[in-house]
Amino acid sequence: MSNTGKIAKAFVSGKAFIPFITCGDPDLETTAAVVRAAAQNGADLIELGIPFSDPTAEGPVIQGANIRALSAGATTDKIFDLVRELRCDVVVPMVFMTYANVVFSYGAELFISTCKEIGIDGLILPDLPFEEKEEFLPLCHQYGVDLISLIAPTSENRISMIAREAEGFIYIVSSLGVTGMRSEIKTDLASIVEVVRQNTDIPCAIGFGISTPEQARKMAALSDGAIVGSAIIRLLEQHGKDAPKYVGEYVKSMKDALSQC
Amino acid sequence: MTNPNGRFGIHGGQYIPETLMNAVIELEEAYNHYKNDPQFNSELTELFNEYAGRPSRLYYAAKMTADLGGAKIYLKREDLNHTGAHKINNVLGQALLAKKMGKTRLIAETGAGQHGVATATAAALMGMECVVFMGEEDTKRQALNVYRMRLLGAEVIPVKSGTATLKDAVSEAMREWTSRIDDTHYCLGSVMGPHPFPTIVRDFQAVISKEIKAQMLEKEGRLPDAVIACVGGGSNAIGSFYHFIGDEGVRLIGCEAAGRGVDTFETAATIATGKLGIFHGMKSYFCQDKYGQIAPVYSISAGLDYPGVGPEHAYLHDIGRAEYVPVTDEEAVCAFEYLARTEGIIPAIESSHAVAHAMKLAPTLNKDKIIVITVSGRGDKDCAAIARYRGEDIYE
Repeated sequence: MSNTGKIAKAFVSGKAFIPFITCGDPDLETTAAVVRAAAQNGADLIELGIPFSDPTAEGPVIQGANIRALSAGATTDKIFDLVRELRCDVVVPMVFMTYANVVFSYGAELFISTCKEIGIDGLILPDLPFEEKEEFLPLCHQYGVDLISLIAPTSENRISMIAREAEGFIYIVSSLGVTGMRSEIKTDLASIVEVVRQNTDIPCAIGFGISTPEQARKMAALSDGAIVGSAIIRLLEQHGKDAPKYVGEYVKSMKDALSQC
Repeated sequence: MTNPNGRFGIHGGQYIPETLMNAVIELEEAYNHYKNDPQFNSELTELFNEYAGRPSRLYYAAKMTADLGGAKIYLKREDLNHTGAHKINNVLGQALLAKKMGKTRLIAETGAGQHGVATATAAALMGMECVVFMGEEDTKRQALNVYRMRLLGAEVIPVKSGTATLKDAVSEAMREWTSRIDDTHYCLGSVMGPHPFPTIVRDFQAVISKEIKAQMLEKEGRLPDAVIACVGGGSNAIGSFYHFIGDEGVRLIGCEAAGRGVDTFETAATIATGKLGIFHGMKSYFCQDKYGQIAPVYSISAGLDYPGVGPEHAYLHDIGRAEYVPVTDEEAVCAFEYLARTEGIIPAIESSHAVAHAMKLAPTLNKDKIIVITVSGRGDKDCAAIARYRGEDIYE
């Protein structure tokens, strides 16, 4: 049930490195430059965050990015325009990460059909669990946009049910709690991945708490890729408009680490 | 009124991170088991009656009735409960349930502090650990309740994110729950959030309307013509309405906090000014902008200062079974002062919103009509803030 299989392309050349970037932090011009820097330095798939006023799945770092982006005037429409412009030259798969209300309030059909039109390949909605996916799934199928499923350390008996119906890729949440850097990831991810593999052929990547090349290498060794958000947002927080250079270097170091898997 | 997926019409649902799904499923299974367990129910009734002081009185407000010159007014005195508000009903139920589930730690959000105080109280009583999240703004305007919670042994964590009010406290409590689930129950304070919370909280608060019905039949031999309660998330209102929903002759009126007015941005009147959305685990009406960003709402009342409303209220509004009316800060403060002078009862500023609407409605009705106002809490906690509103610079 995948869309044209574009997301699968992110996983064909070895382990995938997936950076997350909040659109509009500190401004949309910087976001465009950061996305290009990430793509040029080896990002295999890019998660673009549409900021939300009350991001309940995020830790303090990404909460801060959401607030900065909204204060600077980022809106869903402006972010659609940003993606249109990026798609002139950026070819890596891109997905939106946002909250259900951002999609719902825009008008789900208009939002999802616009994703298709501008070249967004998937949607990650952390507050849309398996039980509620019918809210948007029929429209995602109609317009060929993958609705990405998340699996958490607490999913246990739910893993096979979620994996069987997953599309695009599976986002495995590494740890309890919210997004943010962690010194150690203790969850038995190998067992989770094993159940996923028994139930689906689509790739899975691990996110939450990953910041160093060593962590990324470990996580990708267990799965098909690593997702990094807060560590990149920290670079934006530190360097502002000068961040693209630093994000590019960081993405390169992470992709290099994954190449050793 | 709930279907198996926790829907009230189109409202409700479970829009939460996957990390919490097994926790809410476990909660639902435990609740479905214990709600029909005679032992659980007898323990809860014992707590309600012997500890919280139920049943609460249904008091005939003779002076207020005479003064307004219309319908006969009764006050449902939830302010007389232990800890001073209806919040204890829900908290005793949830804490007992959590204990049966083997949880040892309660977390909660609080706005005015009443739910936080109630949760801290139940935790002290049942020997559980307790952490309460409270918007930093609210810790300032409800400083006395912060002290009460600490006195009861709870840890109070001021929440600085967003508008630093109730919605941010809910967000932070949800974040905390995703990081610690095994030993922790999230004791949600209103009929909101993901299923099964709106149903569980309603069922524990429904004791209010069950008592009103029995007391009214005993005193007047008939049902009231209207039941009026304030609505933030809507727990005292749904508790006051629930057993009357099938009685079509009883008007159900919820009073929302209009703040400085529904034509201003400084309002928290969700049904009057909000639109359909998905937030804090539920589909319902929310104050939000055109892109779905949740609005920074305002009310003088910390307990009603919330940008959403419980899904069952949204449904009762949709089907026209209940009416929802906005009441401004100024009207609520006047009612706060009025009830104090007229009946010698100082209502919570939240409950004062319901009193204010009753003051408008009663004179328009004949003397043979009967209205019940739920006084959801007592107003001691609000005295300093109301004094400041009136220009008197007093601090607790």
